[in-house]
Amino acid sequence: MARLSTAGLIRQQVGYELKMFIRTPIAAFFTLIFPLLLLFIFGALFGNEEIPELGITVAQYFAPALAVFSAASATYTNIGVFTSFQRDEGILKRVRGTPLPPWIFFVGKMLSSFLIAAAAVSAMMLVGVLVYDIQIMASTLPAAIISFFAGVICFAALGLLVAAVAPSGNAATAIANSTLLPLAFFSGLFIPLTDDSPTWLVTLGDIFPLKHFNDAFQAAFLPTTTGAGFDWPAIGYMLLWAAVAMLLALRLFKWESRSGGSEKNRAKAMS
Amino acid sequence: MSVAIEVQGLHKSYGDVEAVKGIDLSIDAGEVFALLGPNGAGKTTTVEILEGHRKATQGSVSVLGHDPALAERDFKDRVGIVLQESSVEKELTVREALSIYGGSYSKRLEVDNLIDIVGLHEKADARIGTLSGGQKRRLELALGIVGDPDLIFLDEPTTGFDPSARRDAWKVIDNLRSLGKTILLTTHYMDEAQNLSDRVAVIADGVIVAEGTPDTLGGRELAATRISFRVPDGATLPSDFQISNGVASVQSGEPTKALHKITGWAIDNGHELEDLSVTRPSLEEIYLALTEAE
Ligand SMILES: Nc1ncnc2c1ncn2[C@@H]1O[C@H](COP(=O)(O)OP(=O)(O)O)[C@@H](O)[C@H]1O
Ligand SMILES: [Mg+2]
Repeated sequence: MARLSTAGLIRQQVGYELKMFIRTPIAAFFTLIFPLLLLFIFGALFGNEEIPELGITVAQYFAPALAVFSAASATYTNIGVFTSFQRDEGILKRVRGTPLPPWIFFVGKMLSSFLIAAAAVSAMMLVGVLVYDIQIMASTLPAAIISFFAGVICFAALGLLVAAVAPSGNAATAIANSTLLPLAFFSGLFIPLTDDSPTWLVTLGDIFPLKHFNDAFQAAFLPTTTGAGFDWPAIGYMLLWAAVAMLLALRLFKWESRSGGSEKNRAKAMS
Repeated sequence: MSVAIEVQGLHKSYGDVEAVKGIDLSIDAGEVFALLGPNGAGKTTTVEILEGHRKATQGSVSVLGHDPALAERDFKDRVGIVLQESSVEKELTVREALSIYGGSYSKRLEVDNLIDIVGLHEKADARIGTLSGGQKRRLELALGIVGDPDLIFLDEPTTGFDPSARRDAWKVIDNLRSLGKTILLTTHYMDEAQNLSDRVAVIADGVIVAEGTPDTLGGRELAATRISFRVPDGATLPSDFQISNGVASVQSGEPTKALHKITGWAIDNGHELEDLSVTRPSLEEIYLALTEAE
């Protein structure tokens, strides 16, 4: 048999990553189901009234916000955590010993996470439309899609950065969760930011890319938006973060854990 | 015959620890070569430098004409690696893993053929997480040869195996030899080196202390033969015997003559020699002597 073409190898790596994701039920739950549960909980808590400060319904705000949250966990958390555990188990080292070009390995991770994010976002918006009667406008759909891509590129690159700096899978889990959850609050994903929000919190949110992801994606679902709804500054800011994160990640990435492959794993495999 | 691996003056330090202290190796294409040594001798360090997983501190290394440190795709396409410690995705089936890992090689063995070679039929569609330790190691062996490599590295391929699993693995490795593959394996089992390899280098504390075929290692073919027997009751022995615990022994470079003398003496004096034995030092004894001298 001949070697797969580059496109064939990318397709194979994407399939591989998706298979691994689907067969890890806890990850699938947190990425696909948990954000939907949040939508139902917010719906039950707040009803589907209009939020006075924003002039839109609760679901019209939270469906896109939670879609952004699930897109970020599909990319940032999943890549960071999965990849670090793969290093713990010596799988990265095994891959490094094969002729698979490293860039194809990374591209496979990123593309597969985009597909998972797209599934999670579509499920969220679909539930929003069917259950909470939210509005999706054809005129701003391209802006929603472009914002989505800028966001997932940014958070996939940040996920690779987590994998590059985390010494272990457990550490990566801690890093991903302890950064994404607080940021989600600072960025208005769980509680809308209003003029009354503390300025330090707003400023903190402004620095990191999650708020910009939310702003850009939200803009495409605001009934008040006129025109195409592109938030170019937000999109540009995310791509800037993406470029910096990617450069750092590639520079710092290690294929072998510092402990040099764990005795524990081998002992387990032998038992 | 072409040279597959050429190593000169290889050194490797981890901080203050000097793990490899000047190793030279020359391994021909088609040869099965064993690096034999106790834990911590520097086997994995040496092999992983040849694989491209670690960088040498000093020395020159050429593997299939490549510098492994450059991690070239063409180089990786021709070598198969079985790491000392690794695991395979437990979420995949045996068949899936072989097919995915095979995808990046330019030559590939058919998955069914591979499953045949390592005898994993009944587990072909099982999740890897359900395999036993021995089955996992055989899968790792299969993953090491999925790209039909010219050169195969096996770092302690059977450590932790029970005797029958070890025999099975040996059969697989013997199979690879008959396909003309060059194999560099490490082991701390004497019998493994003896059974599998054409040539053995004994490594201890980062240096090679002896090198040769399993038969000539450490001058084994030249070593004196030992003759021993239980001292008969009331017998007075000829002078040149060592006696301990009632067993007399003598070492001789001319065992035929010595034996003739001893049996002649016994017959003349009417003694039966119990536990009479004629032995050469085992490879094990030589190995222990070599590695303990360090
Ligand atoms: N990654 C590492 N960092 C520091 N020391 C190491 C590392 N790998 C091996 N060593 C040390 O180098 C020596 C040789 O180890 P190794 O090559 O694994 O020997 P072997 O494979 O023969 O058991 C040992 O003293 C070991 O502790
Ligand atoms: Mg070792």
